[in-house]
Amino acid sequence: MEQFTTLTAKMVSIPTENIDTDQIIPARFLKVTDKNGLGENLFFDWRYHADGSHKEDFILNTEQGRQAKILVAGDNFGCGSSREHAPWAIMGYGFQAVISTSFADIFRNNSLKLGLLPVIVDEETHYQLMSLIEEEPDTEIIIDLADQTLQLPDGRKVKFPIDNFSKNCILNGVDQLGYLHQHASKVEAHEAVNPHRVNTLAGSST
Amino acid sequence: MSQNGHPKTLFEKIWDNHVVVDEEDSPSVLYIDLHLVHEVTSPQAFTGLREKGLKVRRPDKTIATMDHGIPTTSPEIPISDVLVLKQISQLEKNCNDFGIPLHGLYSPNRGIVHVIGPELGLTQPGMTIVCGDSHTSTHGAFGALAFGIGTSEIEHVLATQCLLQVKPKTYAVKVEGQLPKGVSSKDIILNLISRIGIGGGTGHVFEYMGEAIRSLSMEERMTICNMSIEGGARAGMVGPDDTTFEYIAGRPHAPQGEAWEAAVEEWRTLPTDEGATFDKEIVIDANKLEPMITYGTNPGMGMLITQPVPDPMQFGTVSERQTLEKALNYMDLQPGQSLLGKPVDVVFLGSCTNSRLSDLRLAASLLKGKKVADNIQMMVVPGSQQVKQQAEAEGIDKIFKEAGADWREAGCSMCIAMNGDQLEPGQYAVSTSNRNFEGRQGKGGRTFLASPLTAVATAITGQITDVRTMLD
Ligand code: SF4
Repeated sequence: MEQFTTLTAKMVSIPTENIDTDQIIPARFLKVTDKNGLGENLFFDWRYHADGSHKEDFILNTEQGRQAKILVAGDNFGCGSSREHAPWAIMGYGFQAVISTSFADIFRNNSLKLGLLPVIVDEETHYQLMSLIEEEPDTEIIIDLADQTLQLPDGRKVKFPIDNFSKNCILNGVDQLGYLHQHASKVEAHEAVNPHRVNTLAGSST
Repeated sequence: MSQNGHPKTLFEKIWDNHVVVDEEDSPSVLYIDLHLVHEVTSPQAFTGLREKGLKVRRPDKTIATMDHGIPTTSPEIPISDVLVLKQISQLEKNCNDFGIPLHGLYSPNRGIVHVIGPELGLTQPGMTIVCGDSHTSTHGAFGALAFGIGTSEIEHVLATQCLLQVKPKTYAVKVEGQLPKGVSSKDIILNLISRIGIGGGTGHVFEYMGEAIRSLSMEERMTICNMSIEGGARAGMVGPDDTTFEYIAGRPHAPQGEAWEAAVEEWRTLPTDEGATFDKEIVIDANKLEPMITYGTNPGMGMLITQPVPDPMQFGTVSERQTLEKALNYMDLQPGQSLLGKPVDVVFLGSCTNSRLSDLRLAASLLKGKKVADNIQMMVVPGSQQVKQQAEAEGIDKIFKEAGADWREAGCSMCIAMNGDQLEPGQYAVSTSNRNFEGRQGKGGRTFLASPLTAVATAITGQITDVRTMLD
């Protein structure tokens, strides 16, 4: 789990709506057994030509992209599969936060567990950020997690929602597994009173 | 009605039965009854366990198989993809080290994880079921709460048999009336998604109800629940009934004798109580449905097969217009164009949406005595080795082979194009799978999602066809 408190950084935008996890990281790159190196394959089919060379005009191949730590994307970002390779790839590239008007549930959950901050903003703020990136690409904004705010260059602060539990885990860089372990006795109590209906080990001769 | 008098939905009953800890300011700790594992999303979770010196808490509630990267060619041909081989051997090692039962490469029970769970009788009403795969929603057809999780969450469940979850909202999908001839459960779900959009169910759990749902078989219900995630909902469920119990009875992991009687009695208390309320609701009139087809690059871009491709100019917002323009550009389609009569290159019959025995039977009944058109490459991939064997016992494989289709081994295959089964750039496919995202079935490939009947009708004529014109 990456710790995240405040971030002052440049942004880039990919305004497409409904960016699915097959675009974020195509399935052929899921044939890995670790989490490393996926940043190279982030948005692969949008980012590289068939011969493997960079599409120079794709934002992630530009200096602006390489400097940015915040990705501003269209609505319903991260829809599709449950692959955690998607946030791994986004973080592998160097992003620490993604801003959109909404996120798909599983992508959002995965990101929160890793410390990649999914920031939900209203349409107006989203539009304003997009315009900013276009007009003044070097603009930096400030994300303050403790405060749950985005601070725009004009000083305006915009609140964003996040559940307290995820927020505290990310602020402190603590893995959520610790919390589950704390409740081991309650889990045992639950098991004691609930029947054991399937046993996957029974008759598993294959 | 539930014990405390307040009417509850199916979802609420299962949720309440599985909450272990519910502290203010924290998500609920939810107990998981069954954890399905496959080779692609699990390796890093096992690495996490090893790094932390943890065990798998309940290997007896965990089961693994391999499906995503497995070749569908003859088992005699050795696997040449070293990355796939590495994932397979890693899963074998992980299952071995942690004591998890595995239906491996040569198991007669191997198959797509969402096909084998129900097939083995592991999927049962009232359970919580998770898997590192978004189509875990499939198992909700049995009245289970089943949803996909990421790799960090896989590690949590392996280590603790629990998950941290924020309680989702509920969404009633009422499908009234009866399906007309040539229209199937795949068309119901594609219709729903085309109406609410692919984010329409975000934060919710669907419960499918109504006359049309009640009259569906378990396999048809699975097709619908399978694609709940394409509507943005992590889970979709159907209240268990006699159809459910008949399907489960006698399967290898189903309860037997007295335990069976007790289980059924309990399962009968699960359906949503009269008077229970949902956060959202939509009604679909099955009588008015037609075969559906998608025209774009997400499953929400779908229409009745007789409708023209929509015009981006008809959409309200700039971003909606741009999204559709981009999709039509990728698909190389024109606004206003009819898809009927459009030649395609590939027909794919398979995936956890539509690769069960009833799908293959239905497809074969239409294909029998006919030929796959010359311009079409048709690939039939059974959902599991069991489905394959049963189909072969019924002679269904012969119908496909004689028609000129390619009859393969079980796996995910061209649904996700990880194993070499894939479209060439620019090719069009009518596919019974669940995702038409750019490149999903192979880089540059273009997918039209449809039902098995529409797929076979298209295979026969070589062009997108309304199957109703072929039925008498
Ligand atoms: S068949 Fe397709 S959708 Fe289903 S589990 Fe396999 S890859 Fe995922």
